[in-house]
Parts: sequence; C-alpha cells; structure tokens
Amino acid sequence: MKADQMKAGTVKAEEALVGTTATSVSRQRAAAGLALIVLAVAAIAFPLVFSSPVVTNYAIYALIFVAVVSAWNVFSGFSGYISLGHAVFFGSGAYTVGIAARDWHINGVAVFGLLPLAAAVGAVIAVPFGLVALRVRRHTFIVITIAVFFIFQLMAFNFSFTGGTVGVAAPFLPWSPTTFNDRFYYITLGCAAAMIVIAVLIRRSRFGLQLRAIRDDEDRARGLGVHAMRVKLTAFVLSGAVTALVGGVWFLYLTQVEPPSGFDPLFDLTLVLMAFLGGLGTITGPIIGALIIEPGQLYLTIRFTNGYLSEILLGALFLLIVLFVPRGLVPTAGEWIRRLRTRGRPAVVPVAPSTAVAAPPRVLPEAGRQAPPGEAPAREAKR
Amino acid sequence: MSALLRTEGVRKAYGGVHALDSCTVEIDEGTVAGLIGPNGSGKTTLFNVITGYAKADAGQVYLADKKITNVAPDKVFALGIGRTFQLTRIFASLTVLENMLVASKHGGAAARNRAMEQLEFVGIAGHHAALAGTLSYGQRKLLELAYVLVSDPAVILLDEPAGGVNLSLVNHITDRIRELNAAGKTFLIVEDNMEFVMGLCDRVTVLDSGAVVAAGPPDIIRTDRRVLNAYLGDDLEDDDPHPGEQA
Amino acid sequence: MAQEIYRAIVDGILTGGVYALMAVGLTLIFGVLDIINIAQGVLVILGAYLSYELSVRFHIDLFVGLLVTVPAMFVIGVVIQWAFIRRLRGRERTSMTLLVTYAVALIIEGILYEIFGPNPKTLNASYVQSSVHIFGFYLSDIYLYGFALAVLMVAGIYLLLYRTTFGRSVRATMQDETAARLVGIDVNRVAAVTFGVGVAVTAAGGMMFGATNAFNPNSGYDLISRLLAIIILGGLGSIGGALAASVFMLTVESLVDIWSPEWAIVVFYAALVIVLVIRPTGFFGRQPARAQ
Repeated sequence: MKADQMKAGTVKAEEALVGTTATSVSRQRAAAGLALIVLAVAAIAFPLVFSSPVVTNYAIYALIFVAVVSAWNVFSGFSGYISLGHAVFFGSGAYTVGIAARDWHINGVAVFGLLPLAAAVGAVIAVPFGLVALRVRRHTFIVITIAVFFIFQLMAFNFSFTGGTVGVAAPFLPWSPTTFNDRFYYITLGCAAAMIVIAVLIRRSRFGLQLRAIRDDEDRARGLGVHAMRVKLTAFVLSGAVTALVGGVWFLYLTQVEPPSGFDPLFDLTLVLMAFLGGLGTITGPIIGALIIEPGQLYLTIRFTNGYLSEILLGALFLLIVLFVPRGLVPTAGEWIRRLRTRGRPAVVPVAPSTAVAAPPRVLPEAGRQAPPGEAPAREAKR
Repeated sequence: MSALLRTEGVRKAYGGVHALDSCTVEIDEGTVAGLIGPNGSGKTTLFNVITGYAKADAGQVYLADKKITNVAPDKVFALGIGRTFQLTRIFASLTVLENMLVASKHGGAAARNRAMEQLEFVGIAGHHAALAGTLSYGQRKLLELAYVLVSDPAVILLDEPAGGVNLSLVNHITDRIRELNAAGKTFLIVEDNMEFVMGLCDRVTVLDSGAVVAAGPPDIIRTDRRVLNAYLGDDLEDDDPHPGEQA
Repeated sequence: MAQEIYRAIVDGILTGGVYALMAVGLTLIFGVLDIINIAQGVLVILGAYLSYELSVRFHIDLFVGLLVTVPAMFVIGVVIQWAFIRRLRGRERTSMTLLVTYAVALIIEGILYEIFGPNPKTLNASYVQSSVHIFGFYLSDIYLYGFALAVLMVAGIYLLLYRTTFGRSVRATMQDETAARLVGIDVNRVAAVTFGVGVAVTAAGGMMFGATNAFNPNSGYDLISRLLAIIILGGLGSIGGALAASVFMLTVESLVDIWSPEWAIVVFYAALVIVLVIRPTGFFGRQPARAQ
C-alpha cells in the first residue's frame, strides 16, 4: 500500500512539475536509450563508412576536442571558475610523451604506454597550480591561468630539453598510412567516450553536487561544511590529468609538438567558446559545441592558411553567442522543448504551505533518478 | 538553566562605523530569544560574528561555555549552530532536494530520506525536483529553514524569517518554530515584525547602534522607555503616553 | 657591474612609466566597472598603428597626433562598451566581460593583420633617436617625454576623479552602483565614459609603446599579459597601485635582464604568482565591496 502511495506521490510531483505522465517518462527513457545505442553504432561504424583520411582527420580532431572540452567542463563548467590555462596541461602532456620517448628510446606501439605518465604529469602540475590559483576570486583566477599559460609557453621556448623553437618529434609508429587515421579515430573515440562517462558519473555524485553548489554560492557552501578548496582542487587535478593525456594522444597523431602549437593561446578560448555555445555546465552542451566548432575551425585553417580570418571569426562567433544565446544551445533548446510540451500548463504548481503540511504524500525520489532527456538540459542550465 | 549561547562584550567596527559596541547577549537553552532594534543597530552583524562570517574585534562568543569566537563558519555549523540569511541564499541552479543534500554530511538513501522529511516539515516537499531558482520568495525562506535543519543543530539563528512574506506563511513559520522549540531547539531570531517577535519569543534583547539597550520578557520590553527611544528617537517626554496606554 | 645595475633601474623606472600609462586605464575600468578589459593590449597596438598612420601618411608629429588619437580611442572605447559590455549582467559578470573583451581583442587583432600585415613597424621622430646625457647615462629623450606624459595623464585622471562632479559620480558608482542609481546618477553614462577614458589613455600608451618598441598585431598578447599582471599586483582598482606595480615589475625585469634576457619575462609572471600566494589582493588591493 505504502509503495503504491509512494509511486503515486512520485508521479504526482512529476506531473505537477512537467505535465507528463509516468508512461511518457518511461517512453522517453526508452527513446533516449535507443538513441544512445544508435549513436554508439554510428560512431563505431564511422571510419568504415567514411574511410577517406581527410574525413577521419576532421573526426579525430573533433573527438580530441570533445574529450578535452568535457574535461575542461567538469572543472570550469561545474565550478564556475573559467580556466584559460588548460593549454598548460595539453602541451605538458604532449611534451611529456615526446621527451620521455626521446630520452628513454621508446619506439613503436609501446609509446602509448607513456600516456598514463602524461596524465600523471598533468596531475602533478595541477596541484601547485590549483593551490595558488584557486585561492583568489574568479576573475583573478582567470588571469592567473593566463599568466601560468604564458610561463609554460615561455619555458617551452627557453629550455633546451624541450627542444626550444624546434620542439620534439614523435617516434615512428609502425602503422600503414591507410590504417593510421582509423586507429587514431578509435583511440580518440575511446578517450572521448571515457571522459563523457566520467563527466556523467561526477555530475550524479555528491562531489559533483558540491562543485555545483560552489558555483552558485561558494561562501554559503563553505558555511554548510563543503571543503571548497579540496573539491575545487580535485576537479582541477582530474581535469588537468585527462587534458594532459589527450595532449599526449594529439602529439602522437600529429607526430610533433612545438611551443606555439603545444601551448596555443587560442586553445583555451576555443574551449570556452565550445562550452558556451553548447551550454556551460551541461554534459551534452560542450560536446555539441566541439562537434560544431572544431570541424569549422579546422576547415578555415586549411582553407585560409593565414590564420587571421579564423581569429576574427572566432571572436565574432563568441560575441554572437554571448549576445544572443548566452545560456548555450542545449539549455535554450531544452527550454523550447519544455515550453512546447507544457503549453498552457504552469511549470510549477504553486503549493500553499498550509495545505502541503495538511496531507503531504511521502515522496521518496528513486536513487539516481535521471530526468528524461528533454528535461535534463533545462534543469542543468539555470545561469 | 544556563545560557547555551552567550556573547560577551563583542565589538566590531567596519572602518569608522562601530557596528557592535560591547555587545553582551545571553540565550538560555530551550528558549526562543528575539533580537530587535532599528535598522543599522547591528543585529545581522551580531549574527555574522556568532556564526563566523565576521571577525569580532573584541569580546567572546560562547557555546555551552566553550569559546567559539572567530571560528570559521563551517566549524560553527558543525558545532551545532545553524543560521539563515536575510536575503535568502540558496543554490539556484540545483534542485530543491539537491540544495538539501549539500548540507548533509553523508550521501545515499538515508540522507535523501532525511532531506525529504525536512522538506515535508516545512511544507515544500512537492517541489523537491524543481530548480531552487524557480521558487517564490516565501518558498525560498522555507527552503532556507529546511536546510538549516538537516544537520539537526541545537541552536538556530533566524535572520528575518518573517520578512516580506504574507500572513499565512508567517503563521506557518511560527508554528514550525514552536514545534521545533518544543522538541528542544533553542532559537535566536532577528525580526522587525513586532507582532511576530512579541507573540513568539520568551525573551527579547534590544540593540541600538550596536549596544544592548534592554533585555527581558516581551511585555516589559514593549513598554520600556529606552526601547521606544531607540526606535523613535529621543523625543519622548515622561508624560507622553506609551503605546497601549490611554492618553 | 654597478653601472649596469643603475642603468637597469633607471630603464625600469622609465619603462615602468610607459606601462603605467596603459595599466592605469585598465585598473580604472576594473575599479569602476568590474570589467577586465583584455582588449586593452590590442587597443594599445591600435593606438600605435593610428599614430603610425598619422606620422607616416600625414607627417604629423607623434605628440601632436595624440590630439587626434586620444579622442578617437575614447570613441572606440565607448562604442565597445555600449555594444557588447552593457548587456552583460548577473553574478558571473566580471568573468563574462573578460571573455567578451578577449573576443573583441581577437577581432581587432585580425583586422589589424588584414590591414597592416605581420611585419613589425616602429614609430619614428627626431627625439626617438636623440638622447640626453645625465649621470653618465644616455637616456632617450622619448622616454623622458613619455614619463612626463604618463605623470600628466595620471594627474589628469586623479583630478577628474576627485575634483569634478563627474568624477564624484564615477567614485560613487565604484562604491555602490545601486546607491548611485538611487541618487540619480546615470550609471550607464558613467560606465560608457569611464570605459572610454580608460581606452583613451591607451592612445598615449600606444604612441609611447610604438616609439620604444617594434610592434605588430601580435604584440597585444604579450602586452595584455604584462598589464594584467601589473594591475593584479598593484591591486585591482588601485591607480596608485598600478603605478607602483608598473615601476616595480619593469625594474625587476630590467635587472633580471642583465643576467638572462630569456628568463626576465618569466620572472615577470612568476612574480605575479608569488605575490598572489602571499597576498591575494595585491600590493594595494582593497577588498572589493561587491561579492564577485
């Protein structure tokens, strides 16, 4: 009997909130699951269908950015501390793999074993970086990340073990040119998928909750017992480690790294743009942002070999987004969908406190209940 | 009954402004204490000092005779003092339930159940899945009350719990406070709504310009000349009628 | 060796004056408007290019040309603020202005590349090459003029802030925007004009920078990074702090340069990081009244 009441209560609450019924919720979930499977199959089959290296090159770059922007988003999107210094990790990861392979004479496929080292280096850099940078206000934080970025770029130029302006070249991989791209496609696909899973897990976790609370009101969160520094630093280290690892993968694909490419001043702004376009703090947002922007940017770089036009467009695009779609595509789309679905019905049924106290149903939400897909973006995106 | 929460000679200045001047307040265990005074008298500052959001320049704060002066807010919270804020501070992009879970020490179903219980107690359980940012002002006040309760504090400091809300909600809040007090919780409430304070509190302390002007049961305070002067200025003559008296 | 050190110190102080010119505008904009104007670096370069065009095409003296470039930059500043920054609201406002001005900077940089190309230019005048012999050093005349200009402009800003009614409105807005609105101050106008002033100062800074360095559109990056480091070190919003920090940082860099030119610039940023560890609000930073 109690269970029935509970179920009814859950349903009532949801109905009150979104104007849906229990059956349509499970129907939505089935649809989401199906969509995910289709997507996975499509992703896996992609290089078989589009085997041209030109196309897979685009895909690889897109996936690299999907992975990095997801990692970036787990820290910056969730905590609200915008990092313009993730290139530090990306470049460090690339250089780590390159320098280690060179100095320890590692060749062939074994070189991939250096990727965990890249992640470790990223983590090790993130700790002091974070300890200094996370103590200040958010806007100062951004500036510190810029400063540290420049320090690293300059170090890459100046130190001899980084090869100065020449940089470092990757060891030879014994893969035929035809399979080279395909293999890297699956590697980067794996990285991206893994990072997305991590992001989802974090968002659902208590850790993720604390991060998001910090974004909304850090002092209040602290007052309620959240160890803000610890939480922020953990997210920063995780984000940095993954970014460094992906940097290592990028290095192996491109087969070389020099200071301006490993530590590219536009790298972080591109990440920010992708995340903002898609929706900062959501999971799917940055992914969509990356999938839209990266191929576009790559196309421009290839087509117009002087990079100035892409800069202008990058800046202009960012301004347009900030002015017209400030919350990002995914949340805005979610809003539209929600509005279409609840046409005419109020979004939140106002409940007078006295009546609520009179007969409250014991509503116990199921553990880890994930809202239906159309719902999730709108929920996540109250900026 | 000894004073559960006590401040002694607390001083706090912001630049040249003395927000608190030798403030000594005592709250007995199990009572509902009120803190009133004209605007700018230092009520919220006193709260801030007690809960660690502001550092006292001088003086001490004691919880059950243990010194807790200048302890950080999260430690104060852990020691069993909860507080709400005058301008509600909620986590706008989290759902109501998630707001509650931020304050819980542990995760899992037990924490969720407890959070839902508190939400029910204040009466907004139906909105547990709504984004806190979409709540009305009154609902936010209830949410603030709810998540102060999550950690089961012994002492609860409420900053203007009845401010800006309609009458039925005020009564609802009054009932909740009475229930909690009956269950043994001690309250210190800052409020400008006189009816609310006089009807609810066992003892009222009056601040003016950062100093304690009077303290005692509501009936005495209501007619105390110093209190009237604090609110109305030093205009009253001895012969002037007091509120409630016939001319 | 001692000779070198003295020289480095003097160089540092004079160059610091030039940087102060640019940094003061930046910190003023932050102090009043809570805006971190990343475009300041590229706007300096724009100022330099404007001075270049006036000098090369119309043969107008660099300092005289300021009569044109300063108002021009003022207008550009007002336009930027009005078009892009005015709409930004909310608690993440300062971070957003940083990103928006970064975007504006990219656009301006790209346009400058398209118009002028990547080859470095310098500003020339008779006094750029000539120098004065004092205490056994040769000091470029241009640095002395520039330092004098910096002092004049900073003094001018102080006067504006503390002796005029408008300046009072600006300071009121700095303290509490809502209260300022309540007493009838047109906060939007204050914002636009303040931003314009902050950018107008870059015209002078640009001229000085162009006269003492070779520049191309890319020079903006390095500049803005240094300027940001300077204003954070000096305390965001503190004009005196910007002055002090400019001179301090440039002198330190100048000294380190004796030992190793490549590491001098790294020391610059490292100093920023170190100071922030010790004192997160900078030398003269005040606790901002606002939460973010």
